Amino acid sequence: MRKSFLALATGLLLAGSVSATSAADKLKVGFIYLGPIGDLGWTYQHDLARQALVKELGDKIETTYLENVPEGPDAERSIEQLVRAGNKLIFTTSFGYMDPTLKVAKKYPNVHFEHATGYKRNPNMSTYSAKWWQGRYIQGLIAAKMSKSGVLGYIGSFPIPEVVSGINATMLAAQTINPNIKAKIIWANTWFDPGKEADAAKALIDQGADVIMQHTDSPAAMQIASERGKLAFGQDSEMIKFGPKTQLTSILDTWGPYYIERVKAELAGTWKSEDSWGGLDSHMFAMAPYTNMPDEVKKMAEDAQAAITAGKLHPFKCPIIGQDGKPVECKGGDHLDDGQILGMNFYVKGIDDKLPGK
Amino acid sequence: MQLVLEKRAERSNTIALVSPLIAIALTIVTMVILFAILGKNPLLALHAYFIAPLTDSYSLQEIAVKATPLVMIAIGLSLCYLANAWNIGAEGQFLIGAVAGSWFAVKTQGTDAGAWVLPAMLVLAAAAGALYALIPAICKVKFGASEILTSLMLVYVADLLLDYLVRGPWRDPHGFNFPTTAEFDPVATVPLLIEGGRLHLGSIIVLLVVAAAAILLARTIKGFEIRVVGAAPRAARFGGFNANQLIILTFAVSGALAGLAGIIEVAGPVGHLQPGISPGYGFTAIIVAFLGRLNPLGILIAGLFLALTFIGGEQAQIAMKIPLDVTKVFQGVLLFYVLACDSLILYRFKLVSSNQQVTRGVG
Repeated sequence: MRKSFLALATGLLLAGSVSATSAADKLKVGFIYLGPIGDLGWTYQHDLARQALVKELGDKIETTYLENVPEGPDAERSIEQLVRAGNKLIFTTSFGYMDPTLKVAKKYPNVHFEHATGYKRNPNMSTYSAKWWQGRYIQGLIAAKMSKSGVLGYIGSFPIPEVVSGINATMLAAQTINPNIKAKIIWANTWFDPGKEADAAKALIDQGADVIMQHTDSPAAMQIASERGKLAFGQDSEMIKFGPKTQLTSILDTWGPYYIERVKAELAGTWKSEDSWGGLDSHMFAMAPYTNMPDEVKKMAEDAQAAITAGKLHPFKCPIIGQDGKPVECKGGDHLDDGQILGMNFYVKGIDDKLPGK
Repeated sequence: MQLVLEKRAERSNTIALVSPLIAIALTIVTMVILFAILGKNPLLALHAYFIAPLTDSYSLQEIAVKATPLVMIAIGLSLCYLANAWNIGAEGQFLIGAVAGSWFAVKTQGTDAGAWVLPAMLVLAAAAGALYALIPAICKVKFGASEILTSLMLVYVADLLLDYLVRGPWRDPHGFNFPTTAEFDPVATVPLLIEGGRLHLGSIIVLLVVAAAAILLARTIKGFEIRVVGAAPRAARFGGFNANQLIILTFAVSGALAGLAGIIEVAGPVGHLQPGISPGYGFTAIIVAFLGRLNPLGILIAGLFLALTFIGGEQAQIAMKIPLDVTKVFQGVLLFYVLACDSLILYRFKLVSSNQQVTRGVG
C-alpha cells in the first residue's frame, strides 16, 4: 500500500516536472499584488491588465501572481520566490515594494523588474506610474460645481507625493470654480481597509462634506456616500455599481497596454530600464463616463479632459501659491516640472489641513 | 443511545503524545478533500506545501527566518502560560522592542559608532519589552486587573507609538514622506549567516533561547516553581511559592524575548523601522506556544511547522495557482483539530443509552 502510494506520488511528480519543461520555452512573467485580486480597486485593475496580457500574448508567456503580499518583511521573500520559480520579468505593483524589489534586483541581475509608482531604479529595474493628478484636476472641477455645501471630503491613504499631488490638483481646480471651497482631509493610513475607509467617509459627511473623493482602493466610501445620498468619485476601477446615483466619475487604472508593451520588449530582447510616467495622452489611465451631473458640468469635464490630453491645460500651471502664502518656484517654465510633482511635499493655499509630519 | 463526552479520571498521557499527530492527520485528510473540490491534484498540492520547501537550502533558510520571531516569542509566552499568567500582548512587546532598538540605530546613524551598536540595540529592545510587559503584570498583582485585557490593549498603544515615530520624528528625510526610517547602518544590522542568503544571527540566538528555556524548566527550582504554580496553585501556596512574584518574572521574561524578536526582525530582514513590521507574530506565537504544548522543544518544532505552511502556501500559490485563502483555511483547520484533539486528553467519548444519561444528569 505504502509502496504503491509512493509510486503514484513519484509518477505524479514526474508528470509535473515534464509539464514544467514543456512550459519552459514560454516567458514567465510574475506579479506581486498588494491586495486580494477581488479588492475591486488597485489590485483588481492590475489583475485585469494581467488577464489582458494573457489574452494578447498567452501563447508566448505564462503568468503567475502572489496576492495579498504585505509591504513588510515578507515582500522580499515573495519576490524572490517568483524569481526562483523561473519568472524573468516581474511586476511589483505597490510603492512599498520599492526597497525589497531593489534588493532582489541587485541579487539577480539577469531578471528584469518593473516597480509601480516608486523612484528607485537599477539597470534591471524600471519604474512606471501614471499622472493621476491630471484626472484629479478634472474631478476637482466637477466637485466644485456639484458641491452645495462647498465642502469636499477627501480620504487620503499615505501622505506621499502621489497622494499629495492629487489633493493639490483637486484643490487648484476647485478654486477656479469656487475660490472659497473647503476640503476636509482624513488620512486612513492604509491603501485597502474597507472598514476604515467607510468610517472615514462617515466622518467626512458628518463634517459637512457632500462630495467624497478617495485615494484608497475599496468601494466602501462610495457605498457610504450612496447610503447618505451624497456624491462621490470612484478610485482605480469602475465603481458605478456601488453607487449608480452617486458616482460622478472614476479614475480608471489601465495598465494593460503598458504591460503588453513591456512584455513584448522582453520577448524581443529590447527591454531596457526606464522610467515611464504616462498621462491621459498615453492612456496610462482613463476617466470613467461622467454621470449623475448636469450636461453643462459634463461638457466642462470633457473639455478639460480634451485640453489636458492635448497638452493645452496643465493642472500645475504657475503661479502656484503654497500654504504658507509664498509662490512655489516654477521649474518647468509656465508650470511645475515633473520632478517637483514627483516629490511634492507641500499643500497649496486654501487647504485647511496640516501635512502629516510637516 | 447517545454519544457523550465524559471526563477522564486522570489525564491520558498516551493521548497527550498522539493527539498532535491525529490532528495533523485529520488536517491532511481535510485538505486533500478541499484540494480535490478545488480541482487541484491533492498529492501535488501536499507536495508543494510540505515537501518542496524542504528540498532546497533557499526555502529552508526562509523557513528558519520566518520561524525565528515566532519561536522566540512563543518560548516566553509558554513560561507565562505555564505559570498561569496570561500574556496576550506579545505583539505590543515585540513592537516596543523594535522601537527601543531602532531609537539607538537612528541616533547613531551616520556617526562612526562601532560594532557595539547592535549589541546595545538588542539589550535596549529586551529591556524595553520587559518593562512594557511589566505594566499589565504589576496591574494584575497590585490591583487585580485582568492581565488578558490590559496586555492586549497595550498592543494598540505600541502600534500607534511606532506609527507616530516613523511618520514624525524618525522619518527618513529622503524617503518622499513615506512612513519609514532610513535604512540602518551596517553596524546596526543583524549579520547574515550565509553570504547572499537571508538566514541571520537571530536564528542562532533563538536556538540558545530554546536550550535555556529547556534547562530552566527541567533542571532548576525556578522552573519547578513555574510548573507547580500553574498546575497546582494550592499546593504551590503550601510549598511557600510566591505566585505574584512569578507573574512578574514570567511577564518580564516573555516581554524581553518578544522585544528581542522585534529588534531582530527590524534590524535583520527588514533593515529599517516602518509600520507593519509584524504580520501578527505576537498573536501567531500564541498558537505556536500551544501547538508546541508549552514545551521548548515542542515550540521549536511547532514554529518551524507553521513557518513551513507559510512558505509552502506561497509555493503552492506559485506552482499550482492555489489561492492564498487556502493557506489561511489550512492554518485554521489545523488549529481547530489540535484544540479538538486536545480535549480528548481530559475527556473521552462514551456511548450511553438515553435513560442512563438522565440519571447522571440528576445525580
